[in-house]
Amino acid sequence: MLRYCSVVYNNPMQLNVRFFALYRERAGRSTDTVQLPEEATVADLVREVRRRFPRLAPPGVNIVVAVNTEYASSDKKLRPGDEICLIPPVSGG
Amino acid sequence: MIKAGMIEITDLPLEPEKITAQVCKDTNGAVVTFLGTTRLYSEGKKVVRLEYEAYESMACKKLAEICQEIKAEFGVEDIAIAHRTGVVDIGQISLVVAVASPHRKEAFLACHEIVNRLKETVPIWKKEFFEDGSRWVACDDHQFNPQGHKH
Repeated sequence: MLRYCSVVYNNPMQLNVRFFALYRERAGRSTDTVQLPEEATVADLVREVRRRFPRLAPPGVNIVVAVNTEYASSDKKLRPGDEICLIPPVSGG
Repeated sequence: MIKAGMIEITDLPLEPEKITAQVCKDTNGAVVTFLGTTRLYSEGKKVVRLEYEAYESMACKKLAEICQEIKAEFGVEDIAIAHRTGVVDIGQISLVVAVASPHRKEAFLACHEIVNRLKETVPIWKKEFFEDGSRWVACDDHQFNPQGHKH
Protein backbone atom coordinates (compact mmCIF):
# COMPACT_ATOMS: atom_id res chain seq x y z
CA MET A 1 0.00 0.00 0.00
CA LEU A 2 1.32 3.40 -0.89
CA ARG A 3 1.14 5.72 2.03
CA TYR A 4 1.55 9.43 1.59
CA CYS A 5 3.31 11.03 4.50
CA SER A 6 5.48 14.08 3.96
CA VAL A 7 7.04 14.51 7.40
CA VAL A 8 6.95 12.47 10.58
CA TYR A 9 7.15 14.55 13.74
CA ASN A 10 8.51 13.06 16.93
CA ASN A 11 6.84 15.54 19.26
CA PRO A 12 4.09 17.26 17.38
CA MET A 13 2.18 20.10 19.01
CA GLN A 14 -1.56 20.18 18.81
CA LEU A 15 -2.74 23.74 18.42
CA ASN A 16 -6.27 25.04 18.45
CA VAL A 17 -7.03 27.77 15.95
CA ARG A 18 -10.05 30.09 15.95
CA PHE A 19 -11.50 31.64 12.83
CA PHE A 20 -13.48 34.86 12.78
CA ALA A 21 -15.90 36.51 10.36
CA LEU A 22 -14.90 35.95 6.72
CA TYR A 23 -12.41 33.21 7.62
CA ARG A 24 -14.97 31.43 9.80
CA GLU A 25 -17.39 31.35 6.89
CA ARG A 26 -14.80 30.27 4.34
CA ALA A 27 -13.46 27.54 6.62
CA GLY A 28 -17.00 26.45 7.38
CA ARG A 29 -16.15 26.26 11.07
CA SER A 30 -15.06 28.49 13.94
CA THR A 31 -12.24 26.31 15.31
CA ASP A 32 -9.78 23.76 14.04
CA THR A 33 -6.93 21.71 15.46
CA VAL A 34 -3.64 21.53 13.61
CA GLN A 35 -0.53 19.50 14.32
CA LEU A 36 2.84 21.16 13.96
CA PRO A 37 6.36 20.23 15.04
CA GLU A 38 7.83 21.76 18.16
CA GLU A 39 9.41 25.14 17.45
CA ALA A 40 6.89 25.77 14.66
CA THR A 41 6.31 29.42 13.80
CA VAL A 42 3.32 31.50 12.82
CA ALA A 43 4.42 31.12 9.18
CA ASP A 44 4.34 27.31 9.56
CA LEU A 45 0.88 27.54 11.05
CA VAL A 46 -0.42 29.71 8.22
CA ARG A 47 1.03 27.29 5.66
CA GLU A 48 -0.72 24.36 7.34
CA VAL A 49 -4.02 26.19 7.68
CA ARG A 50 -3.89 27.24 4.02
CA ARG A 51 -3.22 23.61 3.08
CA ARG A 52 -6.26 22.48 5.07
CA PHE A 53 -8.48 25.34 3.87
CA PRO A 54 -7.28 26.35 0.40
CA ARG A 55 -10.08 28.86 -0.12
CA LEU A 56 -9.45 30.79 3.09
CA ALA A 57 -7.68 33.69 1.36
CA PRO A 58 -6.20 34.31 -2.10
CA PRO A 59 -2.48 33.41 -2.36
CA GLY A 60 -1.39 37.06 -2.51
CA VAL A 61 -3.25 38.04 0.64
CA ASN A 62 -1.35 37.97 3.90
CA ILE A 63 -3.22 36.08 6.63
CA VAL A 64 -2.85 37.93 9.92
CA VAL A 65 -2.52 35.84 13.08
CA ALA A 66 -3.03 36.83 16.70
CA VAL A 67 -1.29 34.80 19.40
CA ASN A 68 -2.53 35.27 22.96
CA THR A 69 -4.51 38.38 21.95
CA GLU A 70 -1.53 40.10 20.28
CA TYR A 71 -0.75 40.46 16.57
CA ALA A 72 2.12 38.10 15.85
CA SER A 73 4.93 38.35 13.32
CA SER A 74 5.46 35.40 10.98
CA ASP A 75 8.65 34.26 12.74
CA LYS A 76 7.06 34.03 16.18
CA LYS A 77 7.44 30.57 17.70
CA LEU A 78 4.29 28.85 18.89
CA ARG A 79 3.85 26.92 22.10
CA PRO A 80 1.29 24.36 23.22
CA GLY A 81 -1.70 26.10 24.77
CA ASP A 82 -1.28 29.33 22.79
CA GLU A 83 -4.54 31.06 21.92
CA ILE A 84 -4.30 31.36 18.15
CA CYS A 85 -6.79 33.30 16.04
CA LEU A 86 -6.83 34.14 12.36
CA ILE A 87 -7.79 37.78 11.90
CA PRO A 88 -9.31 38.88 8.60
CA PRO A 89 -9.10 42.60 7.72
CA VAL A 90 -10.96 44.47 10.43
CA SER A 91 -13.94 46.74 9.80
CA GLY A 92 -15.25 47.94 13.14
CA GLY A 93 -16.86 51.28 13.79
CA MET B 1 -20.10 40.83 26.13
CA ILE B 2 -17.05 42.18 27.88
CA LYS B 3 -16.48 45.26 30.03
CA ALA B 4 -13.21 46.58 31.38
CA GLY B 5 -13.19 50.00 32.99
CA MET B 6 -14.72 52.41 30.49
CA ILE B 7 -14.49 50.00 27.56
CA GLU B 8 -17.40 47.80 26.64
CA ILE B 9 -18.29 45.39 23.84
CA THR B 10 -21.90 44.30 24.00
CA ASP B 11 -24.74 42.85 21.98
CA LEU B 12 -27.22 45.13 23.75
CA PRO B 13 -28.32 48.54 22.39
CA LEU B 14 -25.82 51.28 23.27
CA GLU B 15 -26.89 54.13 25.54
CA PRO B 16 -24.85 57.23 24.62
CA GLU B 17 -26.02 59.27 27.62
CA LYS B 18 -24.84 56.65 30.09
CA ILE B 19 -21.53 56.17 28.28
CA THR B 20 -20.97 59.93 28.08
CA ALA B 21 -21.80 60.37 31.77
CA GLN B 22 -18.78 58.21 32.61
CA VAL B 23 -16.35 60.87 31.34
CA CYS B 24 -18.06 63.93 32.80
CA LYS B 25 -16.40 65.56 35.78
CA ASP B 26 -16.09 69.05 37.22
CA THR B 27 -12.58 69.69 35.91
CA ASN B 28 -13.61 69.01 32.31
CA GLY B 29 -15.02 71.87 30.26
CA ALA B 30 -15.60 69.90 27.07
CA VAL B 31 -17.22 66.58 26.29
CA VAL B 32 -17.23 65.19 22.75
CA THR B 33 -19.30 62.09 21.99
CA PHE B 34 -19.09 60.40 18.62
CA LEU B 35 -21.88 58.05 17.52
CA GLY B 36 -21.25 55.64 14.69
CA THR B 37 -24.58 54.67 13.18
CA THR B 38 -25.50 52.11 10.57
CA ARG B 39 -26.11 53.65 7.16
CA LEU B 40 -28.87 52.75 4.70
CA TYR B 41 -26.62 52.80 1.62
CA SER B 42 -23.24 51.16 1.04
CA GLU B 43 -21.63 52.11 -2.28
CA GLY B 44 -25.06 52.78 -3.74
CA LYS B 45 -26.62 49.52 -2.56
CA LYS B 46 -29.45 49.45 -0.08
CA VAL B 47 -28.48 47.79 3.19
CA VAL B 48 -31.13 45.80 5.05
CA ARG B 49 -29.19 45.29 8.26
CA LEU B 50 -25.66 44.87 9.61
CA GLU B 51 -24.02 42.33 11.80
CA TYR B 52 -20.91 42.87 13.88
CA GLU B 53 -18.61 40.18 15.18
CA ALA B 54 -15.77 40.76 17.64
CA TYR B 55 -12.85 38.83 19.04
CA GLU B 56 -13.90 40.28 22.34
CA SER B 57 -10.92 39.75 24.63
CA MET B 58 -8.46 41.09 22.07
CA ALA B 59 -10.75 43.90 20.93
CA CYS B 60 -11.09 45.06 24.52
CA LYS B 61 -7.32 44.95 25.00
CA LYS B 62 -6.65 46.83 21.75
CA LEU B 63 -9.19 49.51 22.67
CA ALA B 64 -7.50 49.91 26.05
CA GLU B 65 -4.14 50.34 24.29
CA ILE B 66 -5.62 53.01 22.01
CA CYS B 67 -6.99 54.83 25.07
CA GLN B 68 -3.56 54.81 26.70
CA GLU B 69 -1.87 56.12 23.54
CA ILE B 70 -4.44 58.84 23.04
CA LYS B 71 -4.30 59.95 26.65
CA ALA B 72 -0.53 60.34 26.40
CA GLU B 73 -0.60 62.07 23.01
CA PHE B 74 -3.49 64.45 23.52
CA GLY B 75 -3.29 65.02 27.25
CA VAL B 76 -6.88 63.93 27.84
CA GLU B 77 -7.79 61.90 30.90
CA ASP B 78 -11.28 60.63 30.33
CA ILE B 79 -12.31 58.29 27.52
CA ALA B 80 -15.19 55.83 27.27
CA ILE B 81 -15.74 53.50 24.32
CA ALA B 82 -18.58 51.08 23.61
CA HIS B 83 -18.96 48.89 20.53
CA ARG B 84 -21.97 46.87 19.58
CA THR B 85 -21.94 43.28 18.30
CA GLY B 86 -24.60 41.12 16.70
CA VAL B 87 -27.43 42.37 14.51
CA VAL B 88 -27.69 46.15 14.26
CA ASP B 89 -30.60 47.56 12.30
CA ILE B 90 -30.29 50.60 10.05
CA GLY B 91 -30.03 53.90 11.91
CA GLN B 92 -28.96 52.28 15.17
CA ILE B 93 -25.76 53.06 17.03
CA SER B 94 -22.85 50.67 16.55
CA LEU B 95 -20.13 52.72 18.24
CA VAL B 96 -19.93 55.33 20.99
CA VAL B 97 -16.71 57.19 21.78
CA ALA B 98 -16.87 59.80 24.53
CA VAL B 99 -13.89 62.01 25.36
CA ALA B 100 -13.76 64.76 27.95
CA SER B 101 -11.02 67.30 28.58
CA PRO B 102 -10.61 70.70 30.22
CA HIS B 103 -10.78 72.41 26.77
CA ARG B 104 -12.59 71.44 23.57
CA LYS B 105 -9.76 71.17 21.05
CA GLU B 106 -8.10 68.14 22.63
CA ALA B 107 -11.43 66.38 23.06
CA PHE B 108 -12.39 66.84 19.39
CA LEU B 109 -8.97 65.73 18.09
CA ALA B 110 -8.68 62.80 20.47
CA CYS B 111 -12.17 61.53 19.65
CA HIS B 112 -11.47 61.67 15.91
CA GLU B 113 -8.17 59.85 16.28
CA ILE B 114 -9.64 57.11 18.47
CA VAL B 115 -12.13 56.24 15.74
CA ASN B 116 -9.36 56.25 13.09
CA ARG B 117 -7.19 53.86 15.09
CA LEU B 118 -10.09 51.63 16.06
CA LYS B 119 -10.79 51.02 12.37
CA GLU B 120 -7.17 50.01 11.73
CA THR B 121 -6.36 47.52 14.45
CA VAL B 122 -9.29 46.44 16.62
CA PRO B 123 -10.53 42.92 15.73
CA ILE B 124 -14.17 43.70 15.02
CA TRP B 125 -15.88 42.90 11.72
CA LYS B 126 -18.92 44.29 9.98
CA LYS B 127 -21.12 42.34 7.61
CA GLU B 128 -23.59 44.12 5.36
CA PHE B 129 -26.79 42.37 4.33
CA PHE B 130 -28.49 43.49 1.14
CA GLU B 131 -31.78 42.39 -0.37
CA ASP B 132 -29.87 40.00 -2.65
CA GLY B 133 -26.83 38.94 -0.64
CA SER B 134 -24.25 39.94 1.93
CA ARG B 135 -20.58 40.82 2.29
CA TRP B 136 -17.95 41.33 4.96
CA VAL B 137 -16.67 44.90 4.74
CA ALA B 138 -12.94 45.28 3.92
CA CYS B 139 -11.88 41.62 3.55
CA ASP B 140 -9.69 40.70 0.59
CA ASP B 141 -9.87 44.06 -1.10
CA HIS B 142 -7.00 45.55 0.85
CA GLN B 143 -3.82 44.31 2.45
CA PHE B 144 -4.42 44.22 6.18
CA ASN B 145 -1.32 45.09 8.14
CA PRO B 146 -2.25 45.93 11.73
CA GLN B 147 1.36 45.81 12.92
CA GLY B 148 2.30 48.44 10.37
CA HIS B 149 0.17 51.03 12.17
CA LYS B 150 2.61 52.47 14.66
CA HIS B 151 1.58 55.85 15.91
